[in-house]
Amino acid sequence: MSGATKQVILPFLRLRATVLVLLGGVFALTALAAACIGAVSVPVVALFDGSLNTQQEAVLFSIRLPRVLLASVVGAALAVSGAALQGLFRNPLADPGLIGIASGAALAVAVMIVWAGPLTGTLGLYGLSVAAFIGGLLACLLIFRLARQMETFSVTYMLLAGIAINALSGAGTGFLTYLSDDTQLRALTFWTMGSLGAALWPTLSVATTLVLPATLLLIRNAQKLNILLLGEDEARYLGINSEQLKRSVTICVALAVGAAVATSGIIGFVGLVVPHMIRLTIGPDHRLLIPASALLGATLLLVADTLARTIVSPAEMPVGILTSLIGGPFFLWLLVKQYAGRFGL
Amino acid sequence: MVADIGWRLLLAWGLIFFAVPAFAEAPRRVVTIGGALTEIVYALEAQEILVGNDTTSYYPPAAERLPKVGYQRALSAEGIVSLYPDLVILTEEAGPPAVLAQLQAANIPILSLRAGRSLADVRDAIRVIARALKKDQAGRDLIDAIDRQTAELAKVTAGQPTAKRVLFILQHTGGAPMAAGRETAADSIISLSGARNAVTGYAGYKPLTPEAAAALQPDVILTTVRGLAQAGGKNALLTAPGLSLTPAAKTGSLIVMDALLLLGFGPRTVQAAATLHEAYQGL
Repeated sequence: MSGATKQVILPFLRLRATVLVLLGGVFALTALAAACIGAVSVPVVALFDGSLNTQQEAVLFSIRLPRVLLASVVGAALAVSGAALQGLFRNPLADPGLIGIASGAALAVAVMIVWAGPLTGTLGLYGLSVAAFIGGLLACLLIFRLARQMETFSVTYMLLAGIAINALSGAGTGFLTYLSDDTQLRALTFWTMGSLGAALWPTLSVATTLVLPATLLLIRNAQKLNILLLGEDEARYLGINSEQLKRSVTICVALAVGAAVATSGIIGFVGLVVPHMIRLTIGPDHRLLIPASALLGATLLLVADTLARTIVSPAEMPVGILTSLIGGPFFLWLLVKQYAGRFGL
Repeated sequence: MVADIGWRLLLAWGLIFFAVPAFAEAPRRVVTIGGALTEIVYALEAQEILVGNDTTSYYPPAAERLPKVGYQRALSAEGIVSLYPDLVILTEEAGPPAVLAQLQAANIPILSLRAGRSLADVRDAIRVIARALKKDQAGRDLIDAIDRQTAELAKVTAGQPTAKRVLFILQHTGGAPMAAGRETAADSIISLSGARNAVTGYAGYKPLTPEAAAALQPDVILTTVRGLAQAGGKNALLTAPGLSLTPAAKTGSLIVMDALLLLGFGPRTVQAAATLHEAYQGL
């Protein structure tokens, strides 16, 4: 390796380590705070010296801990997926909704709520999640198939097919909304605003099993995504199998977002804006962008969810409203500051 | 039919023997989720043990002042736990199911009842709640009072010449109004008031097209206070396409009642039916 290359690589590695350690630290502190703050207060000290009373213990282990962890996993999944899709589509407006997961899941959930009626037992616990996951993946698969109608897999085709399929599922959901009665309508509306209130240990473990490998695979593809930014032909000349890359990224994103939507409904903003926050402040290199997005996405969703369950306690707010409310002004501030023009896309 | 009764008996039995957690003492901190259940606790004069309820609990007015744990289908487990209840009374409509599972995991006793759609449901709910709160005598008195009111109302409604055809509608913002079919709370209260539901062709709620509204030819249109507000007031409702062609619109026969009173199926249900019956006479 020549001296010049070393000089370029070493500062990057150092920057990456610094940023990740910093973001990791912020995330860890947020998670600790989130575990302590809530309608039932748990003192930080009691967490470590084991002086929790039975009520606090029950709340912490059966309600709050799974929820804090699920918020982290879902936040990371959405942000990482957004980062990867923006890179893949080379479009700053790409977000996980684009490949049909959210709209497909919403349609499946609407079908369950309006046609299947109230479900009880195990079906009641996991029915909607399973439906959302299947619906999301089916919509994504359909978009993927349509994009492959051409000789080669075309990103533009995928984008347009995504818009069409989203519109179609939107029409289906709209029709079911029209058929729904008052209570079904409210159930649907709450689902589309997202909530992490349904966190249970089994939900969390399923979500983690899907999100973790997908995120790691996306991180492994980071360098290829960097090269793809040069353009598809250029990437091919540089030895990137772009067909395989697109397939791999889409599948990872579909699984991660599918798991997120299935466990917590539709949570906007995180997937679209968290990657931009990283790009604007640190830079567009996917090797840093993807893991940093994971940490920042997890932190943002944790903060939003902690607010969601405390500000109107003992009731709670849909978290989707808060992610935008917290992230929106911050993102605007970043845009207005000197960083304009550094999207790197 | 016989099988149907058998199932009902089994269900009632199940409600009484399985749904009531075994208490050594009467619970002291209770959260009620569902307007009718809250009303029952007040009617049993056990309100001092209430520490919270949901947004559908707004009667009696004192219930409004208790901490609200949110809408009954979008509850928060931690919010409920933070009220330190030793009993949560709810209906099968409460949810999401995962939140109920979380409550169970946090060792909060739950008493789950059928969502009320008939007088029999009201009696069952009173009996089960009274037993859980150790207010059995108050429960029996309340049921007796309801039975007396029912008998009186039956006498009055039996004397009337022909039953009115009533159409119950709910309006969402925009879109067509929804009409109540069979097996709805609205259907039950209409027949209790000595009238007939104009809709007999389907169960549950369905959007009402203007042509279907005209074809149903209801004598009376019934809606809730909020339903009327969303429809844009009496004139807007009675001049809506289709509805304007009904006998009800021609005679201006519109009855508006509070949703919880009319459809809640709590202790005030027979009074609601009697009020409704009087309203028909006044049209």
